Amino acid sequence: MSYSSKVKDIFRTQLSEIRNAGIYKEERFIHSSQAADIEVEFPSGAAIKKVINMCSNNYLGLSSHPEVVRAAHEGLESRGYGMSSVRFICGTQDIHRELENKVTEFLGTEDTILFPSCMDANAGVFEAILTSEDIMISDRLVHASIIDGMRLCSAQHDTFKHSNMEHLEEKLQLHADKRIKLVITDGVFSMDGDIARLDEMVNLCEKYDAMILVDDSHSSGFIGRTGRGTHEYCNVVGNIDIITTTFGKALGGASGGCVSGRKEIVQMCRQRARPYLFSNTISPVIVAGVLKVFDILSASTERRDKLEKNAAWWRKGLNEAGFIIKEGNSPIVPVMLFNAKLSQDFSKDLYNEGIYAIGFFFPVVPNGQARIRTQISAGHEIQHLEKALEAFIKVGKKYGILGLSREEIIAKYGM
Amino acid sequence: MEDIKELVRSYIVKEYLEEDEEITFDTPLISSGYVDSFSMVSLLVFLENKFKIKIPPSKATPEAFDSVNKIVELVNQYINK
Repeated sequence: MSYSSKVKDIFRTQLSEIRNAGIYKEERFIHSSQAADIEVEFPSGAAIKKVINMCSNNYLGLSSHPEVVRAAHEGLESRGYGMSSVRFICGTQDIHRELENKVTEFLGTEDTILFPSCMDANAGVFEAILTSEDIMISDRLVHASIIDGMRLCSAQHDTFKHSNMEHLEEKLQLHADKRIKLVITDGVFSMDGDIARLDEMVNLCEKYDAMILVDDSHSSGFIGRTGRGTHEYCNVVGNIDIITTTFGKALGGASGGCVSGRKEIVQMCRQRARPYLFSNTISPVIVAGVLKVFDILSASTERRDKLEKNAAWWRKGLNEAGFIIKEGNSPIVPVMLFNAKLSQDFSKDLYNEGIYAIGFFFPVVPNGQARIRTQISAGHEIQHLEKALEAFIKVGKKYGILGLSREEIIAKYGM
Repeated sequence: MEDIKELVRSYIVKEYLEEDEEITFDTPLISSGYVDSFSMVSLLVFLENKFKIKIPPSKATPEAFDSVNKIVELVNQYINK
């Protein structure tokens, strides 16, 4: 027995600290499939409540789409449940390669390699291609998985101010002597919903002989005219050296991710990326589902068009009601409340009104930038959004924040 | 001494802070989220170039970089060598 009371106390103290800081995370049990309307048990043991989901990454409403579910069933029947092997021993089926080719075609890249998740793709890609002679220069608001991936890599790292191209240029000049320079950004930033200035970044990378990596997890399938992602939106398809993305959000929402880009970089990942080498890849049932998702997206832009309309409706409604939102062109719409406690109270009141939306505060977002992050889906109908807006206005009135400026809300509730 | 402090402070304000943010010589930089550990590399390069010193990686810790006063204390150890 090595789990002594001393060790137990260490963990109990840490857990108390997390609770006292008000950042203890609790799961809410959903008793239905993922959709705009869900049935939730929260807190644990409470009666099940029907609510409108305003916080999922189910951007295209494909998580429970009948055609995707049917394709997954067929995949399960024809290729089985598991592979019981990593890719390079006996864990690669024809459909794994078929999916890699389909992603390559969809994103307009040279080749693709699947990973168990985009977290794993980001954890593996840097170490696979860079050494201590190289530099990674990342936007200061990149996703946590990129930060973890950079930590696992021996290359040096530096950052530039969020979306600040002058600062990026200074950093490219500062590190001009490095063997490989890799600029790293999210395509759509998950907490703010803004889109990276990829056209300007590509120009800077060309000027300073640098490569660029974009994590398009919150973009693939719906950003850009045909939903290819932020590189399509910024008109730089073919100019992004590395795209990492996930199948766990818009693209069916199950799990899995990939690195897509230059052929040699993908080959390096097949030789050296540890999450690829030492873990099974996506199960056949998920591969079959994602293949169907790409068929649906290639046949029509109907779903991304609906999402775009829904997001525009939602942004307009919140603006007209007097909320402060982070402006942008994505379906991630943060409603700014600035004060951490207010964001939690607001979220609870919304839940009582039948609206499921989560409040975020430091350290997930910068200090004094607490917010409710709303995420719009093609699975939402206008009546969902009308009901959600009604609830936001009711709760907004309760706290007296409608029409107030940032300074006025901070004066009322503090940072 | 005051010159060094002000030089370091103004570099940090320019490099890491948003327009409406200010810091004192004692403001915690890393533990309060103004500077993340990755961004420290710029600060290190700035200090080494500006003061013509070499700070060993083992001394360039988040703790040693956590306020202007602490950074100046560290810099002084190497300036005087």
